[in-house]
Amino acid sequence: MKKIKDIISSAASGLTIEEQQYPTVCVSPEQLRKVAQKLKSEGFDVLLNLTGMDYNDKFGVIYHLTSTVDKMAMLVLKVQTPDREKLDIPTVSDIWESANLYEREAYDFFGIRFIGHPDLRRIFLRADWNGFPFRKDYDANPELNPVPLVNQTISDMEDMPTLSFDKDGKLVTKHNQLFENGEYVVNIGPQHPATHGVLHLRVSLEGEIIKKVDPNFGYIHRGIEKMCESKTYPQILQLTERLDYLSGTMNRHAFCLCAEKALGLEVPKRAQAVRVIFDELTRIASHLLGWGCMCMDMGSITAFIYGMRDREKIMDIFEETGGGRLMVGYNVIGGLADEVSDKFISQVKEFIPYMRKMIKEYHVLFSENPIAKGRMQGMGIMTKEQAASLGVTGPSGRASGWSCDVRKIEPYAGYDQVDFEEVLRSGGDTYDRYYIRLDEIEQSLRIIDYLINNLPDDGFKAKTPAIIKLPAGEYYQRVENARGDFGVYINSTGDKNPYRVKFRSPCMTLISALGPLCRNEKIADLIMIGASLDYVIPCADR
Amino acid sequence: MLELDNLVSNVHTGLMEALPHWAALTIEYILIGVLMLALYCVLALILIFLERKICARFQCRLGPNRVGPWGSLQLIADMVKILLKEIVKISKSDKILFFTALFLALIGSLCTFGALQFGKGLAGIDFNVGIFYVLAISSLGVVGILLAGWSSNNKYTLIGAMRSGAQLISYELSAGLSILTMMILAGSLNISDIINGQAHSWYIFQAPLPALVAFIIYLIAGHAETNRGPFDLPEAESELTAGYHTEYSGIQYGMFYLAEYLNMFIIAGIATTVFLGGWQPFQINADWAAGFNGVMSYIPSYIWFFGKAFMLVLLSLWVRWTFPRLRIDQLLHLEWKILMPISLVNMLVMAVWVVLFF
Repeated sequence: MKKIKDIISSAASGLTIEEQQYPTVCVSPEQLRKVAQKLKSEGFDVLLNLTGMDYNDKFGVIYHLTSTVDKMAMLVLKVQTPDREKLDIPTVSDIWESANLYEREAYDFFGIRFIGHPDLRRIFLRADWNGFPFRKDYDANPELNPVPLVNQTISDMEDMPTLSFDKDGKLVTKHNQLFENGEYVVNIGPQHPATHGVLHLRVSLEGEIIKKVDPNFGYIHRGIEKMCESKTYPQILQLTERLDYLSGTMNRHAFCLCAEKALGLEVPKRAQAVRVIFDELTRIASHLLGWGCMCMDMGSITAFIYGMRDREKIMDIFEETGGGRLMVGYNVIGGLADEVSDKFISQVKEFIPYMRKMIKEYHVLFSENPIAKGRMQGMGIMTKEQAASLGVTGPSGRASGWSCDVRKIEPYAGYDQVDFEEVLRSGGDTYDRYYIRLDEIEQSLRIIDYLINNLPDDGFKAKTPAIIKLPAGEYYQRVENARGDFGVYINSTGDKNPYRVKFRSPCMTLISALGPLCRNEKIADLIMIGASLDYVIPCADR
Repeated sequence: MLELDNLVSNVHTGLMEALPHWAALTIEYILIGVLMLALYCVLALILIFLERKICARFQCRLGPNRVGPWGSLQLIADMVKILLKEIVKISKSDKILFFTALFLALIGSLCTFGALQFGKGLAGIDFNVGIFYVLAISSLGVVGILLAGWSSNNKYTLIGAMRSGAQLISYELSAGLSILTMMILAGSLNISDIINGQAHSWYIFQAPLPALVAFIIYLIAGHAETNRGPFDLPEAESELTAGYHTEYSGIQYGMFYLAEYLNMFIIAGIATTVFLGGWQPFQINADWAAGFNGVMSYIPSYIWFFGKAFMLVLLSLWVRWTFPRLRIDQLLHLEWKILMPISLVNMLVMAVWVVLFF
């Protein structure tokens, strides 16, 4: 803590550190870049999350920073505009690459202008959308934004504005073009068998070699964060599962933990253990699907069917206990919705040895296959620095050697009482990202194996008030979901609805890594590298 | 006793006696054409059904099992469906080339099919450069694929067609060289001579080392020529949606599909003819095995041919449903730097072998 104080005081004078959940520093827009550069050079090399805020009288941006050197360190940086009119905040996208997409999102939702951002297009909404929907004074009248019924040219999407101030302090907009004239641009998606959802990639090709990749988001943007602001906390739980539908349980867990932290609830040990079992089963299911899809994208459909077959067993366990298969809906604030089914324990115990056997088969079928190895080894190499700068967490980040497992960094729900290893690999190529998932399945099995034999017996739910109102304040909870560091930020005013909810989506940063990883690779590798990053589009689009 | 050659020659002599020469020939041509087309379609149906059932087994599934016994009528239902589907007209395509491409792909495969000998006396055409003709006419398909990719006016199809062109032309070399190797042994390009030369022992046993190498190379190259996994880059569905036939719909797509399946059988048929004795039964060239040879000869020749060909098709299915897809540079690397040099050396070995042992 002393160290952070030193860094802050050397960067700019008059700054104080507030002791909240994480040390918090408020800076003015003028000081931001200086402080950010200082923090980056002193080891805060990861911009985990960027949240735009509407404080009614002014706007603000919240930066959650962490470090690859000291992974326990977290720092929250807050910037606020002086009023509702002067919305200019300098960009930090050249300091942390992950800010590129985050700032576009904040611009899209709040209209906060990031000065110097190289590509300030709207990200989820259409370029001609009127109004900024996350502002509290947003007019949602459908007549303002009628559904367009005529064809529009795609060139609207290629105009990248950059804002800057000229000598007289006047705001000027410079327009850059995404593609030059005569570039061979291929649309991959939004309807394409290998984009794993409705992602639209604009790929510039030279023969089969990729020159540029421009991801285009928003095809499945549902405004979940906005919807949260008008829903009660138990209702929001249903929305969390629909972000990353393959790690729905974990997202829901994250939101429950965040609300429980705010309420000061003590969750029974049994509920925690069952939640962790569910989380790990979901992780296995997600990795199995990721593995299968990756094999299918390389043309091995048999492997995909095998992955789906084994995932089905997990779905059956979920159905037996939770009722749902994909959206289990089992975690509630304070614990679990109900006691586990009678068959639950025997089903899980049966599944563990089966899955261990199958992992061996997968390695024989695919991991050791010379064609598969030839396709994956040395392809799409991501260095640790790149991963940190792009904010690529989860298995993809760990494959580059970045130890970023939240289960180890900020243990929640009793992960610190379970013996398991954080799997790390050093190569950072597609094969490492492939292999690490199968290794993580084994670690997950180890966690489940321990917990299912040591289930405490102290009830499944803590007592919660009938109407859940979070005390005023800000709460942030990190959870390791199947794709990486999933964060929930809740700003409450003490009402039964949150004032602002922000989900830190690990998938958005994964997609932003596509461009740097695929440059100068072949188009066949774009699909495979994308599959190895294992993103889920509804999580990125929210 | 079960052979069909007597029936065929009886029909021939009967027609010749009853009708003037030209009329008999015309009727024979039409008859053979219709029979070939029927066989072509029936084989395609059988192949598609087999593939669906077999790949389902590989993948721990059941495959089609609702329509008819063991799902056998599923194919008929699918065929009717594909015939009734709307043919989507592409507004900015080159119409003439777009339709020509389709027929070129089909004609290439059909003409090759016609040159195969399915059993004793069951040959559509038989002339002195038969195998040369097969190699030449089977390359017609690649023109169809290139045209399809070009005329569709779509970037995916164009990339698919370019890949396909590079792939087929490359692998044609290895396939041709390995057949050529066997021609050194056979000493003839006539398909009948080739088959008759294997009456006592198949070529693969006559010169075990070079013939086996040529056989394996031919299987790999032939598999690549049929555009099926792990060599299915031209239509890599995860990258190019459907490659060169993305824009074709309904029965147009069905025709490409048909040609692709039959090409798989044709490759197996040629491999059977050249390496595994065509319709000749398995024989042991020794006095003590006379009884065994008699039993083998009793099995009709067409069963031998289709049996061998379907074994090779099964092998191809097995490979397809096990391996992931290669990348284009790896694919060309395999051909130009590995298979072709081996083929060339192998041809020399075969020549020396023939000089020394025959």
